[in-house]
Amino acid sequence: MLRQIVLLSLFLFSTGLYGILTRRSSVGLFIAIEMMINAAIINFVAFNRFLAPSHIDGQVMGIFAMALAAAEVLVGMAILVMLFRQRKNTDIQSMNSLKH
Amino acid sequence: MGEWITNSAWLITALPLFSFIIVGLFLRPLNEKLAAGVATASIGLAWLSSLLLASHYFSAEVSAEAQKTLIPWTVEWLKFQEGVTVNFGVLLDPISVMMLVVVTTVSFLVHFYSLSYMHGESGYGRYFTYLNLFTFSMLGLVVAPNIFQTYFFWELVGVSSFLLIGFYYQKPSAVAASKKAFIVTRFADLGFFIGILILGYFGFKISGEIQTGSQPLDYAFLTHPEVLKAFLNLHLANGNSLLALALLLVFMGAAGKSAMFPLHIWLPDAMEGPTPVSALIHAATMVVAGVYLVARLFPVFSTVPDVLTVIAGIGLFTSAFAAIIACTQDDIKRVLAFSTLSQLGYMMFSLGLATMAEPLGYTASMFHLFTHAFFKALLFLGAGSIIHAVHSNDVWEMGGLKKKMPITHITFAMAVLAIAGIWPFSGFFSKDEILATALHGEHYVHFIGGLLVAGLTAFYMARIYFLSFWGKARTEKSSHAHESSWVMLAPLGFLALLSLTTGFIPFAEFVKIGAPLQQEGIDLHVAIPGTLMALLGLSLSAWMYTGTLNVPKKISVALGQFYVAIKNKFYVDEVYSFITHQIIFRFVAAPVAWFDRNVVDGGVNLTGAAMRGWSSALTLIQTGQLQTYLLWFVFGTVTASLLLWGIFLGMV
Amino acid sequence: MGILSWLILIPFLTALAVIFTPDSKKIRWVALIGTGIHLVVTAVASWRYLELIQGNFDSKALFTQLQMTEKLPWFASLGIQYFLGVDGISMLMTILTSIIIFTGVLASWDVENRAREFYSLLLILVTGVFGVFLSFDLFLFFMFYEVAVLPMYLLIGVWGTGPKEYSAMKLTLMLMVGSALLLVGFLALYHGSGLHTFDFTQIATVRFPKEFQFWVFPTIFIGFGILGALYPFHTWSPDGHASAPTAVSMLHAGVLMKMGGYGALRIAVYLLPDGAKDWGLFFMGLTTINILYGAFGAIKQKDLKFFTAYSSVSHCGMVLFGVASLNMLGFKGAVYQMFSHGIMTGLFFSLIGMVYGRTHTRIISEMGGIAKVMPWLATCFYIGGFASLGLPGLAGFVAESHIFLGGFFGNVWSDITVMRILTILATMSIVVTAVYVLRGLGSVFLGPITDHHFDGLTDAKLTEKLCTGILVATLIFAGVFPIFMGHMIEGSLVPILNRLQASGALAAIGH
Repeated sequence: MLRQIVLLSLFLFSTGLYGILTRRSSVGLFIAIEMMINAAIINFVAFNRFLAPSHIDGQVMGIFAMALAAAEVLVGMAILVMLFRQRKNTDIQSMNSLKH
Repeated sequence: MGEWITNSAWLITALPLFSFIIVGLFLRPLNEKLAAGVATASIGLAWLSSLLLASHYFSAEVSAEAQKTLIPWTVEWLKFQEGVTVNFGVLLDPISVMMLVVVTTVSFLVHFYSLSYMHGESGYGRYFTYLNLFTFSMLGLVVAPNIFQTYFFWELVGVSSFLLIGFYYQKPSAVAASKKAFIVTRFADLGFFIGILILGYFGFKISGEIQTGSQPLDYAFLTHPEVLKAFLNLHLANGNSLLALALLLVFMGAAGKSAMFPLHIWLPDAMEGPTPVSALIHAATMVVAGVYLVARLFPVFSTVPDVLTVIAGIGLFTSAFAAIIACTQDDIKRVLAFSTLSQLGYMMFSLGLATMAEPLGYTASMFHLFTHAFFKALLFLGAGSIIHAVHSNDVWEMGGLKKKMPITHITFAMAVLAIAGIWPFSGFFSKDEILATALHGEHYVHFIGGLLVAGLTAFYMARIYFLSFWGKARTEKSSHAHESSWVMLAPLGFLALLSLTTGFIPFAEFVKIGAPLQQEGIDLHVAIPGTLMALLGLSLSAWMYTGTLNVPKKISVALGQFYVAIKNKFYVDEVYSFITHQIIFRFVAAPVAWFDRNVVDGGVNLTGAAMRGWSSALTLIQTGQLQTYLLWFVFGTVTASLLLWGIFLGMV
Repeated sequence: MGILSWLILIPFLTALAVIFTPDSKKIRWVALIGTGIHLVVTAVASWRYLELIQGNFDSKALFTQLQMTEKLPWFASLGIQYFLGVDGISMLMTILTSIIIFTGVLASWDVENRAREFYSLLLILVTGVFGVFLSFDLFLFFMFYEVAVLPMYLLIGVWGTGPKEYSAMKLTLMLMVGSALLLVGFLALYHGSGLHTFDFTQIATVRFPKEFQFWVFPTIFIGFGILGALYPFHTWSPDGHASAPTAVSMLHAGVLMKMGGYGALRIAVYLLPDGAKDWGLFFMGLTTINILYGAFGAIKQKDLKFFTAYSSVSHCGMVLFGVASLNMLGFKGAVYQMFSHGIMTGLFFSLIGMVYGRTHTRIISEMGGIAKVMPWLATCFYIGGFASLGLPGLAGFVAESHIFLGGFFGNVWSDITVMRILTILATMSIVVTAVYVLRGLGSVFLGPITDHHFDGLTDAKLTEKLCTGILVATLIFAGVFPIFMGHMIEGSLVPILNRLQASGALAAIGH
């Protein structure tokens, strides 16, 4: 059972990683990041359930991570909206004004 | 009183110093006349004190019939390290007392003369301040009991000479001359300094073995017979005597100060200074410091006869060389300058011919130094009086001054006779002794050379005398010339008196060294040819330079290129100028400056540029694209995990 | 709190007072009073020091006998202390610094642009300098060292002239390289001693292994050498000095460069005697190049400040030459030279500032004959010039004769013939110095006035006369009565010499 769940999380994580590396739209990036975080959460919950069922640390960590992801999306989307208002696009290739 | 002044001899040196400080700092800005007065008065006081000292010292010495070296006062000035201490002090022996008298006498007369001569010049107070500084330094040099103190004041007289030559600091030629004088003598002093290093180090070594109760740099130590023996045992790697090297280096310093060939080039240019300064510094006192130094170290020099031979050779050559040039110069002061060179050469070669067994040359040299100081100062001050009246240095712009300036004329004529060596003037006696040294020592080259120089001297001195005083006034200015004020004439009269009388002083009684002198009085074998040569020179000159003045022109044309070479002082200045500007400045200084800015500093800038290059190369990796970084990150993570996995499994 | 802490604190407190002075016109007065108080306290401290040692010293001493020490633990776990003390060398350097900062404030009397920041930075810099000379804990020393070096960047970059950013950057970066070497060296000493302390007097009890010394000595010596303008690490000096404002040039050439010589003698040679023996001749050769190279370089300079900077390279070379000759005469000459060059170069830079303030040019060929309108400045300049060419009666002569005598006397660890040849080569600089000093000063001050604008210029004002007068008087005093300085420093050099002479086989001395 654990094997299948870990494979699922590996699939989710790899999909997210692929998305991050290839997507140019920031919204797409966010979705990809969410997928990776969720893969991690699934791992937390699953390992907790199968390896140490007497503790609940993994479950707690999962909830924390979900809260963190929500907060991150909140801040990230706020920045994104501000950027979109200024630049009229969400392409991350053009977001290099700090470099130059 | 005499006893007291002997014990307080430092006072003679200190008086000009006090006056220098008071006049320079306080009086000069307030009142220049007062400053000049105080400066002159202080030297006057020093003069009287040194006369008192001399009369006491020599009378005591004559009665004691012994050479006395007194050090009445010393103070520890600097302790280099254990066993090498420099004590400043006052050393009284026959030559230092004699020099004290010469320096203070001439200095006082020059101060007095300058009161009128420099009147109305801007910087009147400054002039007297410098003169005081010079007198102090010169007196300090004269009484130095160790070679380090000599060097100390040696440099100080150099700088006062620099200041006084460049007194008219707005005149470019004066500035250039002062610079040249300082740098040439400084170059010579480099040798002197290295000589002191050698004497100091090996003296220090020797002082560990031989107890003399004095410090390694003291003259008392250096002239100590045991020490000299130890010194003579030291050799360089190639077998040459170490002492000879040290003494040659010391002599280099002496040759610079006393303007021996080839370091003579600064002295003629030094005539850019005010004339009384030339009389004091560049005729009577400072330039004889080199002769004085050799005399001071004579017991050491006499142990290395080869060095003395070099000294005698250089002295004779300079003497003849300068005398030839002097015959062609038109500037009255330059003629006098070359004549000074020539006479200094005389003194040097006389010292070079002396030995401890036959020390006549030593006495003769000191005697000539003594008499020369007065008649040469007189010549310069007389020339100053003429220049003051005519406003020109060129003898061809003078003429006919005999009637207009009678006192200057008489005194100048006496000085000319003195330097030419005509009885009963002082030059006769001292020159006679020098020639006698050469003849009795069987140095015939020196004897004949000396005779020829004596003839030449009489010729060129008479030349400027006839050109300036006889005949008709050749320019407007010289026809309106009139006699100088009594303030200027009084020193002339006094010096003329000295030129007439100093020859009769029984000098050999007072100043001697080594074995007792063989012969006393005048030797006719020397006096007759000497006087004949002088008379020949004088009459030749009288024939050529009185009347129509056609003969000199014919002769100069007949000599052709040779005459031009003499007139240009054999191009020695040009050689120096070539070496300094074309070789040293161009091929050493300029490349160093270039090398520093371009190679060394270029290296620094290159390091900076390389850093910047590296950083811009690294920015290429920094795209600013998060995704690129992430890709690298993932790549790195995967590689690292694989590696770790491999290690874990023991595969790598 | 002891008097030494006050010596460090007074400039710092003055800097604070400058920052909080309400009226910007009064800032310079605050700075002058602060540095004036410092001068008095320094005089009291040196008097007390002379009383404490009374000219006596133990000729067998192996350890620096510090006086008036103050010791407080700071980071006890790392063995770092707040440890102050003085011996003769540091006392003399403190006197020098105190004179230079006092005259430096006088010389920058007319700074109007951001005067508050200028004076406070200047005073903070000098706080660091006093700290360096008085601290005997290597960590504390290093900290003060950095405090002294860093404000220079701002002082040159903001108040400088010409290509000031470039010069400031170059100077700071090159000195930072020196600092980095020093830090490495100090840490090596810390770990190598095995004592777990930065206390200088503790580390001095250790005889480090020969191999260790062979590598650490050049690291530290070059680290200090960069600050002391050791060839070929001297090129920050001409640019830095040329761009810096007057008081900063004075402090930099007069005092900061002395920290190089001070450290090289006090730390490199004293703590690592065997390394010094191995490397002495090499550094002597390098400094001979320094001496001649600086002097020849100065001949061809066109800018008065470059001219003085190259002459500083030559003279600071003499300091390190004296240190590298490893004997009493050389050490003594080096300390004398640090003092004399500090005063002399302070005088030079203050005068250049004053002349520049009037003529608005520093190019030698553009000036001429201005002695007529500025006799005071010309006289002082010439006195400084004579001191620099080693005229007897001025401080430079005493220093140079010691250094050359030291080089000639040699030591038993190096080839004496080579040392003598190097010494004779170095001696030639006295002629070259005469050439460039007389040429340079002659074309600025003597001859006819070249530009009619110069006719209306004025001579020194009262503050300027005070500033140059103090410096000239110090030069003359030090030159005429060298015996005073001798009494002060001789005893402090003895331990350095004895440690050199103590047999290398001794693993540890004392404890």
